Amino acid sequence: MATTDIHIHSDVHHHDDHDHEHEHHEGNFWTNYVFSQDHKVIAKQFLITGIFWALLGGTLSVIFRLQLGFPDMNLDWLKPVLGEWITPEGKLDPEFYLALVTMHGTIMVFFVLTAGLSGTFANFLIPLQIGARDMASGFLNMLSYWFFFLSSVIMFTSLFLSTGPASGGWTIYPPLSALPQAIKGSGLGMTLWLVAMALFIVSSLLGGINYITTIINLRTKGMSFTKMPLTIWALFFTAIIGVLSFPVLFAAALLLIFDRSFGTSFYLSDIYIGGEALAHDGGSPILFQHLFWFLGHPEVYIVLLPALGLSSEIIATNSRKPIFGYKAMIGSMLFIAILSFIVWAHHMFVTGMNPFLGSIFMLLTLIIAVPSAVKIFNYVTTLWKGNIRFTSGMLFSIGMVSFFLTGGITGIFLGNSAIDIQLHDTYFVVAHFHLVMGSASFFGMLAGIYHWFPKMFGRMMNETLGSIHFWLTFVGVYMVFFPMHYIGIAGFPRRYYSWTNFDTFSGFTDLNMLVSTAAILTLAAQFIFLFNFFYSMFRGRLAPANPWQSNTLEWTTPRNPGHGNWVGEIPSVYRWPYDYSKPGSKEDYIPQHIPFSETPESNLPSENDLIKLETSNGEGKIIVEGGKH
Amino acid sequence: MMSLIISLGVILILAILYMIFRVSNLITIAKGPRDQRGGTANKVNAALFIVFMVASLGGFFWYSIAYFDEYNLPVASDHGKWTDTLFWITMAVSVIAFVIISIVMFVFIYRYQYREGQRAKYYPDNHYLELAWTIIPAIVLAVLIFTGLRAWNDITSPAAKDAEVVELIGQQFAWTARYPGVKDGALGKNNYKLIDDVNEFGLDLTDKNAFDDFKSLELHLPVNKEILLKIRAKDVLHSVFLPHFRVKMDAVPGMPTQFKFTVTKTTQQMRDELGNPNFNYELACAEICGRGHFSMKMSVVVEEEEAYEKWKASQEAWLKQNPDYLKKVPDALKEAAMIKAGMQKDPGSSVAEAND
Repeated sequence: MATTDIHIHSDVHHHDDHDHEHEHHEGNFWTNYVFSQDHKVIAKQFLITGIFWALLGGTLSVIFRLQLGFPDMNLDWLKPVLGEWITPEGKLDPEFYLALVTMHGTIMVFFVLTAGLSGTFANFLIPLQIGARDMASGFLNMLSYWFFFLSSVIMFTSLFLSTGPASGGWTIYPPLSALPQAIKGSGLGMTLWLVAMALFIVSSLLGGINYITTIINLRTKGMSFTKMPLTIWALFFTAIIGVLSFPVLFAAALLLIFDRSFGTSFYLSDIYIGGEALAHDGGSPILFQHLFWFLGHPEVYIVLLPALGLSSEIIATNSRKPIFGYKAMIGSMLFIAILSFIVWAHHMFVTGMNPFLGSIFMLLTLIIAVPSAVKIFNYVTTLWKGNIRFTSGMLFSIGMVSFFLTGGITGIFLGNSAIDIQLHDTYFVVAHFHLVMGSASFFGMLAGIYHWFPKMFGRMMNETLGSIHFWLTFVGVYMVFFPMHYIGIAGFPRRYYSWTNFDTFSGFTDLNMLVSTAAILTLAAQFIFLFNFFYSMFRGRLAPANPWQSNTLEWTTPRNPGHGNWVGEIPSVYRWPYDYSKPGSKEDYIPQHIPFSETPESNLPSENDLIKLETSNGEGKIIVEGGKH
Repeated sequence: MMSLIISLGVILILAILYMIFRVSNLITIAKGPRDQRGGTANKVNAALFIVFMVASLGGFFWYSIAYFDEYNLPVASDHGKWTDTLFWITMAVSVIAFVIISIVMFVFIYRYQYREGQRAKYYPDNHYLELAWTIIPAIVLAVLIFTGLRAWNDITSPAAKDAEVVELIGQQFAWTARYPGVKDGALGKNNYKLIDDVNEFGLDLTDKNAFDDFKSLELHLPVNKEILLKIRAKDVLHSVFLPHFRVKMDAVPGMPTQFKFTVTKTTQQMRDELGNPNFNYELACAEICGRGHFSMKMSVVVEEEEAYEKWKASQEAWLKQNPDYLKKVPDALKEAAMIKAGMQKDPGSSVAEAND
């Protein structure tokens, strides 16, 4: 995996615009492409690994959707791949079904939408958009990727165990995940899961600390917090949430390792299984759920906030309008980030937790809908009276807003503990979080790839293929997840291998078939993207310096920025990143590094006063490579 | 042979697609560099959003109305009616919001597509607007929270003293019910360390309340009487899910849980109402518990109270079914145990009373 993504960017450093004043020297293959400390290379490493995982996670979901949509299908043709997991009757093994569900969740939530999304865009965009040569610590940043790589290898290996990978659901609730006698996947598979996740958390913390430090300390001159693009704000909050919540998952995993291997009883008590009463006494499975969701809920925002940040930037750029309510956007993200820590127990309304706690968490949960609503209204207002260009990035950003709305609104049902009694652990929940966190974040990620591809690889992706990819995926995702609402209202429980045992859940074979078919087509559509991605990397149209006429700093770098990003001095920043279509200005955008003194025709009265400050400090004249107009 | 043909076909199609892609690429290059912003692609995408909006909202309303009976699960409990009402109120509020926002968004997207020479409006903020759409959702949510809280507090409040108590035990992969027995109406103590192949409840036979407890593999419930389910699990997490009663509560090893509710329709009434003579209430497991999670079913029978009491009286005590376990009963209680378990004729209620 690592070696493939390395060849791909082999032209990145071939240019002479390398920044020699930086301490970095021309290294060899290993230091440039494998153990690189350049944030851009690390970002691409995260991206390629993330794409690998996304394909694998998607394929796993299609396999279990075959079982759900076409329960009578003979799956013997999967035998070459799945071997023993296909029963002699040509059916999927029920235990492997659970393993597929578990690994799909784990892979998508952690390896794709956390590492793939934050890892890629925080690494790539933070230094470029705040005007820094690199991350605060390139070395820790490199470690962050390689810990993730190690974690990936271990998680991947667990797929090939004879007892199967972890199978207790991605939430790995004990006692099921603690007792190999309860399910085969809780043997070595679960051990590897826990080891992989421990390494993953290390990677995530190394990355997060770096992102926070970089944003606080390495902003270029003039880049005050109130001039930062919303992408950076979103990635900043994401990193903070991650640093505060991942250690709790680490603790939870550690205690589970103790219970599994060293006979402690943190989560286990009163268990009679396999013909014997276990010695564990006094533990509480609920404790694990509290610890898990203390990360688990912020995790939702760890995957969602970067997507919101990326789309804010892309929507503003392609609407040719300032993002509406910049400060309200930051405020709502801050509010969401804070609230995300005090809503976790809404995943546990019917676990037997004290009902009074349920009331409190219901109250706090529904409050989080307010900042989310504000964000949606602000996106819609940003589109109003815009001059919208439907680039592929823009299409996927619009898709993201649509999923965020559709999936977010069902959160009002689930956050209400009285209504949640019926809906908990049904397909309604599956529909809800796949739209609001899965698909919305996934679309944010794709939007980001399409939008920043020119900066990553110096070439443009094909826009027609991008549009086709968008429409197939957008419609496909709705066809997959919208019908699940009905199935959920009808009470169908999730993680069921088959529903035929119950009369109550015997209907909806047609909808399940539709969902599975749509899932297959949606996965197939992703190959259009893959083709576009790899083809454009080598043969795409050469990217202009600023292909989207965007305001942010990354577009002031050379087409293929070397290590250090800018040749010569880093540009200073004078204005916020959203001066699009400013009345009076010649172009419909004014990049952040253009001082007010150069744009007297469009300055607001208050901005004219700032001109004095620009020159009085003697460094108003900034040399940036190439004229940008 | 067939698979060879299929794979050749697939390769052919991919090759054709690639050729189309190359040709269209060459055509674009041949046409020369052109500002693509206002091109046809932009107009097509804008129009497609309107098509998507109309088709998807149309499909949404059509399916929701036409197939209402298929996805709307009949309700047969007191609190279920209440939570269903809350559900549909929330549905009304959110569908209205959803439809308005969706239409506004897609119409904006179409209306404000790129036009040559057009300039976007510089409109960075408006505090009144922002205040309005902070406060309005907050008020709507406050109402939903308030109604939800009332229902939740009522549902989770302590059960009435005379509620019918039934214990449900989850294990891989079956449910078992334990009834307190007609003689004392109280569940006997249990301890997981006492569980063995026969004593699956872990019944503590030093507790006199355990003597008349009986086991059932079918959940019998009386109609119109408050029921208190006492729930526990033997091995891993399970979750009691009674879809028609809108009941769901996890079964947790080491932490007994409970749920109180009142059923409003007997099985027969439901059969008549649905016109389905084969209808049965069902209990499902809603928390992943292993290989057989999807088959963890228990049949539920809801009867009029008299029929229910009759059924209860006809059930044999667990101790009577397993007389070997009499030796675990302390000597002083043996006689009482025999009487309560129905293994020995009750010499008179006064004797039983004295033993109590």
